Amino acid sequence: MERDDIIEYSLHNHHSEEEGKKVRKKIYFVTFLLSAITILEVVVGIFMSRANTFGAAWETIKWMYVALTVVKAYYIVMTFMHLGEERRDLKQWVLVSYLILIIYTIIVLIDEGNAVGHDWSFYGV
Amino acid sequence: MAFNTTEINYAEPWSGKQSPFKVSYGKLMMWMFLVSDALTFGGFLAAYGFSRHAYSGEWPIGERTFHAIPFFEGNFPLLYVAFMTFLLIISSVTMVLAVEAGHRMDRKGVTKWLAATIVGGLIFVGSQAWEWSHFIHGSDFGKVELADGSKAVVHAESFGEIQNFTVQTAGSHYQVGQVLTNKDFDLKHEFQHAIEAGHIKDGMISLHDGSIAKVAKNDDTHLQLNIVEAGGKYGLGDKIEGADASKQYYEAAYSGEAKRIVYGANMTRNEYGPSIYANYFFFITGFHGFHVTIGIIINIIIFLNVLKGTYEKRGHYEMVEKGGLYWHFVDLVWVFVFTFFYLV
Repeated sequence: MERDDIIEYSLHNHHSEEEGKKVRKKIYFVTFLLSAITILEVVVGIFMSRANTFGAAWETIKWMYVALTVVKAYYIVMTFMHLGEERRDLKQWVLVSYLILIIYTIIVLIDEGNAVGHDWSFYGV
Repeated sequence: MAFNTTEINYAEPWSGKQSPFKVSYGKLMMWMFLVSDALTFGGFLAAYGFSRHAYSGEWPIGERTFHAIPFFEGNFPLLYVAFMTFLLIISSVTMVLAVEAGHRMDRKGVTKWLAATIVGGLIFVGSQAWEWSHFIHGSDFGKVELADGSKAVVHAESFGEIQNFTVQTAGSHYQVGQVLTNKDFDLKHEFQHAIEAGHIKDGMISLHDGSIAKVAKNDDTHLQLNIVEAGGKYGLGDKIEGADASKQYYEAAYSGEAKRIVYGANMTRNEYGPSIYANYFFFITGFHGFHVTIGIIINIIIFLNVLKGTYEKRGHYEMVEKGGLYWHFVDLVWVFVFTFFYLV
């Protein structure tokens, strides 16, 4: 299958044994990080759940969960899916378009949820 | 190598032949699919957030809904889901190690790590099936509607064992005085079904054949009712403990009215919270489980091709990388499902 009409980028995507060692080291680091975050989340979840934590303490924990989730997502996308090593324009194409749409969706739906919930409790479902 | 590896001529960027992102077509399209699929999942989770914010009662607490593990009785909040999350992270790691081995053209390494990834995926899907089954069948006590119309979830140290049913009025099958034990049928199963259908009145159970039997059941220990929907007497967050809890619970259970106690979950009602909670659970984890299943099938196909030497001949293992992108995405989605369904 000799072709001269396209450039085969896949063939450039090789690396040597030494480079592989570096890549694996990074993979093990991310593995450790993701596991540690998950263990932390579960331990906090068991001892300080919404059932026995209220007010500002719960709010803090809730936002901590969200932040830790974003951290996990960052490492999965950047290292495991190696978006971090792709060209900058590919990175932007994926992240910027996704983030704009999803942040908008979240804001709209949560805000609307609050408004609808307010109306339901005032006028009945 | 079978492919022509022309160097890119930057003097002529508009001549075609090159990708704007310097990645192959397949990888680019995989990213495009993943962005759109991520928006689908993001939409689901945002819709879940909408329903939560619109709901005025107490939303189910993950630690209290998911606290069982296979083979062992007892209270293990979140442990099984944590195991599943960990499993998916590890299978993501083995996948990325397979991709790395592919970059070194290390066929043995790819084979090993890809096989591990497939095994991890299969255990995950099996765990999810168990979790669904447990969610559908429900707890020992279910959710109870009290006399004042309020609804309460039940917590107890243990469910008092049912010893036997003694037949008082004969039906088409059982005789008067016959003592039915777990050898005849699953007493607890029968007991819960009868309660849900309103077939137990004042400690007398109506069996399927029309006979009526007396229920001999040990006392439950440390029964506690937590009100999750307000009624005439009790408000949201109230707790009923001690002898009063037991009295009110069995008043409802033995009322002879159907649906005073709900066990487990289906699409219209469930014991954990509002019906939409179970609907989202089935929909989102189901859609995710479907993705994992597809991922396993894709991985198996790639695995067979690795064994056949397809990619060795092709000169690169990019197919493993593309399958890997999809697999990591499945892990990524689970990270969010885990946070918003189980933790928050």
